[in-house]
Amino acid sequence: MTKQRKAVSLISGGLDSLLATKVILEQGIHVEGINFFTGFCVEGHTHAIRKKDKAKPKRNNALWVAEQLGIKLHIIDVIEEYKDVLLNPKHGYGQHMNPCLDCKGFMVRKALEWIEKNDFDFIITGEVIGQRPMSQRKETMPVIARESGAGDRLLRPLCAQFLPETLPEREGWVNREEMLDFSGRNRKPQMSLAEEYGFKDYATPAGGCCFLTDKNYSEKLVDMWKHRSSRDYELDDIMLLKVGRHIRPRDNFKMIIAREEGEGKFLEGYRKQFIHMICKSHSGPMVLIDGEIDADDINLAAQIVARYGQGRNADSVEVEVTYLNGEQESVSVTPLPADKIELAWHV
Amino acid sequence: MARIEKEIDARRLLCPMPVIRTQDAVAELKAGDHLKVIATDPGVKNDIPAWCRINGHTIVSIEYVDDEIIIKVEVGS
Repeated sequence: MTKQRKAVSLISGGLDSLLATKVILEQGIHVEGINFFTGFCVEGHTHAIRKKDKAKPKRNNALWVAEQLGIKLHIIDVIEEYKDVLLNPKHGYGQHMNPCLDCKGFMVRKALEWIEKNDFDFIITGEVIGQRPMSQRKETMPVIARESGAGDRLLRPLCAQFLPETLPEREGWVNREEMLDFSGRNRKPQMSLAEEYGFKDYATPAGGCCFLTDKNYSEKLVDMWKHRSSRDYELDDIMLLKVGRHIRPRDNFKMIIAREEGEGKFLEGYRKQFIHMICKSHSGPMVLIDGEIDADDINLAAQIVARYGQGRNADSVEVEVTYLNGEQESVSVTPLPADKIELAWHV
Repeated sequence: MARIEKEIDARRLLCPMPVIRTQDAVAELKAGDHLKVIATDPGVKNDIPAWCRINGHTIVSIEYVDDEIIIKVEVGS
């Protein structure tokens, strides 16, 4: 009896991995999905936080793709291991803080570890030659295969026609002739194939599925590292970079100011970890203070807090400060005029 | 053997972390055991049932208590 061959597919939640997996499923291979959570994945976090977005349907696209395909999905927390990828990328960064080539190599290596542990035969990705400027180029595809250790056990069904034969093709587990020849940034071939397979509703995230490709997010990350003694981070740090208005009036502290109720509730969850401030005499946002501050800093921060509350035009506003030891202090300030909030303070 | 009732606290975690915690907890249980997940991210009411459907587990109940979502899962075989 012929052995049932098994593949694991890197599922991002986008169209390419959906199609690549479908191509292989159609060839009778048992496929299961794998999705790595780095902490920087876009997947609906800010939607979950912001109240104004609460009406939007929330779904994890990787789970949704797996359900459409009728396959299992394993979501793996790689937050800790991913730090080294982000902090020390061998191949450097892309346009922002995105270490795409190292990231892809890392994920394929983790998938390789997974298939070896679970007795699977090969790995599938939805990569397409020429689609991404850093990780999906003809020159970099062999780099990923080589540096991940996956070698010829890495199959890219959407552009396999352009690539050297892999183990599953050579062994006849899959038919190379049924693989595809997609290339470049044109999405029409993928859309056409999706239609052929009957997939009508799929995610098309602009700029990919990672916050590290976002200019504003990357700037906040760099600012955080610059003002700390190390480039390290924890999950909470990178989550907080996605939330609120970030203002750094002085080098020694940054303020994270909720922009609406949902963000305020989210920031409340960090009350025990940060000095926090809130207007008492008027309604106003929840504000976390990241850094060490003295009395003069407290006064300036309170003026900024007052500026973003309903008392912005009042002569005096009461701001309550809660310190890390739980002690509270009430500060009476005049709100800082809008033109005194320097542009350079906005991170 | 008696059914195990396990509970995990996924409050303040944003998806997919509650799903990952659910997945890891279920891996340590056997068919028929129950897992109670307490979360605050509204995304869990879609994501945990979706994860259960594709992995052969059953949602027993979903309750909303104040800002918390309590999901009970029965582990499949």
